[in-house]
Amino acid sequence: MSMLSVFNIAGSALTAQSMRLNTVASNLANADSLVSADGQPYKAKQVVFEATPMGTTQASMGVKVQQVVDSAAPHRLVYDPRSPAANADGYVTMPNVDVVEEMTNMISASRSYQTNTEVMNTAKTLLLRTLTLGQ
Amino acid sequence: MANKLDQLINVQRQALGVRAQRQQILAANIANADTPHYKARDIDFQSVLADSLAGKNQSSGVDLSRTNARHLAGTGTPSPFPVLYRRDTQSSVDGNTVDMDTERAAFADNSLHYEAAVTFLTGQFRTMQTAVQSNNG
Repeated sequence: MSMLSVFNIAGSALTAQSMRLNTVASNLANADSLVSADGQPYKAKQVVFEATPMGTTQASMGVKVQQVVDSAAPHRLVYDPRSPAANADGYVTMPNVDVVEEMTNMISASRSYQTNTEVMNTAKTLLLRTLTLGQ
Repeated sequence: MANKLDQLINVQRQALGVRAQRQQILAANIANADTPHYKARDIDFQSVLADSLAGKNQSSGVDLSRTNARHLAGTGTPSPFPVLYRRDTQSSVDGNTVDMDTERAAFADNSLHYEAAVTFLTGQFRTMQTAVQSNNG
């Protein structure tokens, strides 16, 4: 049943987009974290999506999160000589989280999530219609 | 075709199969709207349906596994129909060619056509049922 693999495809997109939303949440939560697990300021995380074969047709590709990478953006330097974390010149190294970029990412992810739930809903309606075929 | 009922519903049945396959492809496009380097794909419904009616591609065909050399070869081997690439309307930096508006419109259109095929099939079943029912009660 090819209509059933629509659920798999849209479902994989839901998983991937919610993972992206999770990443955004942890980036925003740690926008001011001076110390992370490795003792360094927090580094923004980004998810990398990859198309993965799913379903009966060779063209039906689901999505999966291939990896989560640390953002390569430079750390923000804030002049605050009174902070205990300040260096000799009085600068504090802050996380490289770009709040505006994260908000944009969040809206994009939530829109994609919504669209994929709509796809699932439509597939469900069509399947139920198919089940009542001939009645 | 085995009998009259098969003949009657054949076109709508094949159309339903192709519609379901296209629904899957469009769902994949929508799912991959944010995937870098993903190219949007679609099928030419008319030609795929024409091929299906001519018996060229069995969209729901199954491969028979032969465990003995003397088994007969199955004839239901599906030949995959051509899945084409959509021409991109606006190019993007990450190489993704999914245009969300196009995909959503195509998805809605395809859903409607799927429902229409189901409705037609139901109508044909009703017609057949009326024909075989006795009318002297």
